[in-house]
Amino acid sequence: MLAALGRRSVGITELFGHLGHFVADTLRAVPDVRTWGRQLFPMMRRIGVDSLPIALFIAAFTGIVLALLASYTVTAAVPLYFVGALVGKTTMLELGPVLTGLALAGRVGANIAAELGSMRVTEQVDALETLAYDPHAYLVLPRVMAGTLMFPIIVAFAMATAIFMGWVAATTLLPITTAEFLRGLRLFYVPFDVTFGLIKSASFGFVITMIGCFLGLNTRGGAEGVGDATTRTVVYSAEMILVLDAYWAITLLRP
Amino acid sequence: MIEFRGLEKAFGAKVVLRGVSLTVRDGETMVIIGGSGTGKSVTIKHVVGLLEPDAGTVAVDGQVVSELRRRELTALRATVGYVFQFAALFDSMTIADNVAFGLRRSGAMSEEQIRERVTESLRLVEMAGTERTMPAELSGGMRKRVGLARAIALRPKYLLYDEPTTGLDPVTSAVIDELMIRTREALGVTSIVITHDMRSAYRVGDRIAMLYEGRIRQEGTVAEIQQSTDPIVRQFIEGRPSVHAEDVAAPGAPDAVPAAEGSQP
Repeated sequence: MLAALGRRSVGITELFGHLGHFVADTLRAVPDVRTWGRQLFPMMRRIGVDSLPIALFIAAFTGIVLALLASYTVTAAVPLYFVGALVGKTTMLELGPVLTGLALAGRVGANIAAELGSMRVTEQVDALETLAYDPHAYLVLPRVMAGTLMFPIIVAFAMATAIFMGWVAATTLLPITTAEFLRGLRLFYVPFDVTFGLIKSASFGFVITMIGCFLGLNTRGGAEGVGDATTRTVVYSAEMILVLDAYWAITLLRP
Repeated sequence: MIEFRGLEKAFGAKVVLRGVSLTVRDGETMVIIGGSGTGKSVTIKHVVGLLEPDAGTVAVDGQVVSELRRRELTALRATVGYVFQFAALFDSMTIADNVAFGLRRSGAMSEEQIRERVTESLRLVEMAGTERTMPAELSGGMRKRVGLARAIALRPKYLLYDEPTTGLDPVTSAVIDELMIRTREALGVTSIVITHDMRSAYRVGDRIAMLYEGRIRQEGTVAEIQQSTDPIVRQFIEGRPSVHAEDVAAPGAPDAVPAAEGSQP
């Protein structure tokens, strides 16, 4: 058992070592703008714009549920306009970035891992290299940059949608007026709430795309290897989102 | 010139190469033969730095590949064309974009010049007119020809072929062999061909080297290999199931393949 534990520790250390190398190689590819520059905008569209529908769908229903949960939670001692405060605060600080991040870990992370994994097992990545392309400049950097830049934008839209749908639910299903909802929304609002949510989502975008690229390009075997890389990307990304969520809370929210 | 010196490579516990030493002279076509899984592809992947040796070196024009900096390796790769076993075409791009891909990287040619080079390269492999086709619409043989077009579009000094005729019917294999010979004549390239198709090896090769148990078992001209007395080499080139000729089951023996009906005397 001790030996198994040791092997597992060595395995994890090796994995982090490889990941560190991978990130360093990606950073070294930054000056190769001619290669990644042409790929960046198509990737921003694929990773960002194409992800908007699923992000907004999740945000819309989250907003409705939040409004109803808030009204259910507040008692007679708490004014009902606190529904607006709860919807706004939880959406901006936590649920907007985290739920969108988890959904995109599946959509974006899995897509990247499957695509790059298939390219790896069909020797397309080797072909890239023999044609003098750096896979980090051509494949990794545009995806990671697109993820890091586009996730905050998607999350901003998701926050707005959740709050809007929270208002719709509050004013149609609960005895709250628009003025009361807005009063609650403004009550504890500070601009840093939005900044905090967007910083978090940028970090989620970075890790999801980086994990997808790392596991995709390190795929071994055939279809089974691609499936394995895809699954591991979703699992590791989800875990990293929760770890980062705690990290940012400890770092930026602690009084 | 490409020189392999004591090349060793293992993947985990599996040792593939145990000291491969071989010299490929300028202008010649060296065919490396050997059974499946003997490390033929692993050997040539070292030439373009796709793999790093555990020990030993591979030198191209005197430059040790594993010691090159990233920029030097990129420059070296621009002089080496690699034809992959399953073509490895970029499946999201048209045939024209596949062939133009390496040319666009260098940035030395205008789009007009790239278009001309693509057309010329596709014509050389008898695939003219397929520019707008997607790789998925092509047969295996056609994909291999496009793979060759992509490799020669850069006008490389060296060409590496990884099992170019594997999985193809005899006629298509002969067409690919013919293309390899024509490419060498047209472009004067030095080539390494990995194959276990002996008919193809005799047709395209100037010299043949046999890889066996991680080392070069024998190398020589086509005639020397054909006349080899090494039982391992003979077994491979004659496609016999056993090293010893006498071990091949005689007709009528218990292990013999039964004769077709009606052929009995």
